[in-house]
Amino acid sequence: MLAFLRDEKIRGVIYQIVAIVLFMAFLFYIAQNTSCNIERRGIKTGFAFLDATAGFDITESPISFSPASTHLKVFEVGVLNTLIVSFWGIVFSSLLGLLIGVGRLSSNWLISRLSALYIEIFRNIPVLLQILFWYNVVLATLPSVRQSIDIFGVFHINNRGLFMPSPIFGSGAWIVLAFFAAAVAISFFVKRWAHRRQDETGEQFPIVLFSLFVLILFPIVGYFVAGQPVEFDYPSLQGFNFKGGRSWTPEFMALLFALSIYTATFIAEAIRSGIEAVPKGQKEAAKSLGLSPLQELRFVVLPQAVRIAIPSIINQYLNLIKNSSLAAAIGYPELVTIFAGTSLNQTGQALEILLITMLTYLLISLVVSAILNWFNAKMKIKER
Amino acid sequence: MKKVLGLSIIAALSAVMVLDAGTLEDVKKAGILKCGVNTGLPGFSEADSRGRWRGLDVDYCRALAAVVLGDAKKVKFVPLNAKERFTALQSGEIDVLSRNTTNTETRDSALGINFAGVMYYDGQGFMVPKALGVKSARELDGATICIQAGTTTELNLADYFRTHNMKFKAITFDTNDQVNKAFEAGRCDVVTTDASGLYAERTKMKNPEKYLILPDIISKEPLAPAVRHGDDRWFDIVKWTRNALITAEEKGIGMKNVDEAKSKSNDPETKRLLGVEGDMCKNIGLDKECFYRAIKQVGNYSEIFERNIGSKTPLKIERGLNALWNKGGILYSPPFR
Repeated sequence: MLAFLRDEKIRGVIYQIVAIVLFMAFLFYIAQNTSCNIERRGIKTGFAFLDATAGFDITESPISFSPASTHLKVFEVGVLNTLIVSFWGIVFSSLLGLLIGVGRLSSNWLISRLSALYIEIFRNIPVLLQILFWYNVVLATLPSVRQSIDIFGVFHINNRGLFMPSPIFGSGAWIVLAFFAAAVAISFFVKRWAHRRQDETGEQFPIVLFSLFVLILFPIVGYFVAGQPVEFDYPSLQGFNFKGGRSWTPEFMALLFALSIYTATFIAEAIRSGIEAVPKGQKEAAKSLGLSPLQELRFVVLPQAVRIAIPSIINQYLNLIKNSSLAAAIGYPELVTIFAGTSLNQTGQALEILLITMLTYLLISLVVSAILNWFNAKMKIKER
Repeated sequence: MKKVLGLSIIAALSAVMVLDAGTLEDVKKAGILKCGVNTGLPGFSEADSRGRWRGLDVDYCRALAAVVLGDAKKVKFVPLNAKERFTALQSGEIDVLSRNTTNTETRDSALGINFAGVMYYDGQGFMVPKALGVKSARELDGATICIQAGTTTELNLADYFRTHNMKFKAITFDTNDQVNKAFEAGRCDVVTTDASGLYAERTKMKNPEKYLILPDIISKEPLAPAVRHGDDRWFDIVKWTRNALITAEEKGIGMKNVDEAKSKSNDPETKRLLGVEGDMCKNIGLDKECFYRAIKQVGNYSEIFERNIGSKTPLKIERGLNALWNKGGILYSPPFR
């Protein structure tokens, strides 16, 4: 009767079933234990707290927030602030990383040494220390509100932040936008035409310069055609602080700076390994075609190198998003600081809040990695 | 397969232990009292240059250790910031929380903790640089204010500004030190916390004379030690240790004369307090001399107050509300009977 146990396959299946059952039983035990202990202590549970009034204020919020808002709103503000700093962090670290990564392989001794030095220094210092360092540097070097550094009377920098004008769109503002859209369309078609012409005749067209010119000129023309519909709200010193306009707080700047500088080192290394993985024959072929070093980089090396580097760059983007949670150290109001920090403390519902926070990070990371994986699959060299 | 097995083993190893209600037994077995204190608040809880903890909250821990374990030195101080404190208590990482914590309804009823008698009556105040030229909290409309995250301060502040229809910008940090560094660096115009905390923090500033504490007190902050909900025996011990320190002051018994009082006093309540008569300590599962030891080793409330925050210390805090009930304050202990 037990003959079937001698079958290795069946035995394997049985083992797996037993292991899974044990594991589930264990999880059940933990959950049971936790809820039992919580109940005995009289700790409040459930998600009703999300509708309760938060009662505290948040320094910077992209949506309107007041102490009378709910904890759910706190959560929303936290997620948005996390996304904002992550977005700008990804943009700046990519640009900086590309620059340093290419510079690392430059034939210019000074540039390549400086790039290497940059990478080795910032890659090897824990990012939390860098955040604290930049925050203290920002606070220590910038003047107080009344002595702010004034740039053309438009930008003001002091230890409360960077203050800049914000645009107020009037009724005809869509005309400016329409002009800009037209400029984009024109650039696109001219580029296609230039490509075709170059394929046929070999004549080149300064497409980059042309597009830049169109993209700047058109919105300006549109602005005057529509009768100057966009006005600017300039920040001005009133009472304790600057009012009006937009501002970046020192907390935001320090966090953004530290994350960008830190992550850029890894992106630079990814780019470098990508470039080095491009077969030597490709570069030699480019040279023998008479391409300049810049053209060689732009048309032959980088398109291949970036494809190789994309998977590891995706990892760095995900790391950056998760590292943004270190902002708790300097009080930038992102998800961990305000929701898993202040809200947790005011309501005392650690389990629920940490669960929500972890699931949120998981979701953000999964969405970002899904987008980038799709991009990766699209960009991959299609072997024919 | 291997992965699943591995996971189960890891999970099994990190299994959470069922916390039992018997904190007293646990403390006796461990031979040391784990006491949650502030990471650094002069006069209340601060490690000095030799690493020895000092302060009112710290001395309370010592008194409790003397009561329970017979030796005021048998305390392990666990420094906690405002955000960590309740989780540390709930999870059993500490046995008692003595960390300038305000007793509020929500905390008492929803966090699974109980507050055991007020050690210090406080209220929230504001500190500003003198150069700002502000004389009252009502002039603070539009100010940037530094606060510590996870405190009642944060909520009182929002309430106060809402009530008076004023606007403010709050910058929240994890620890006192970060709050004060940012304030000194000029990141904010105002720093707000319990008034005692403001006096304490001012002593730590580079130029204390440059800062002004506004006269306005905007809240009631009864600072009390806290224990886990559901362990009544332990709650009684913590509560009556505090009462013993206050009664000792009332009876004029301190570190120096406690032995004399024990052998000579004719006052029945003194006799009960010091374990000469009655079963005071036995009722809470300890030996007869438990309160005597606390007074002998740590002193009475007045001694603890004067040693840490009184007129001879840099903080120079008046007794005010914290004087005994028969001397103009509201400090009051139920009788030892």
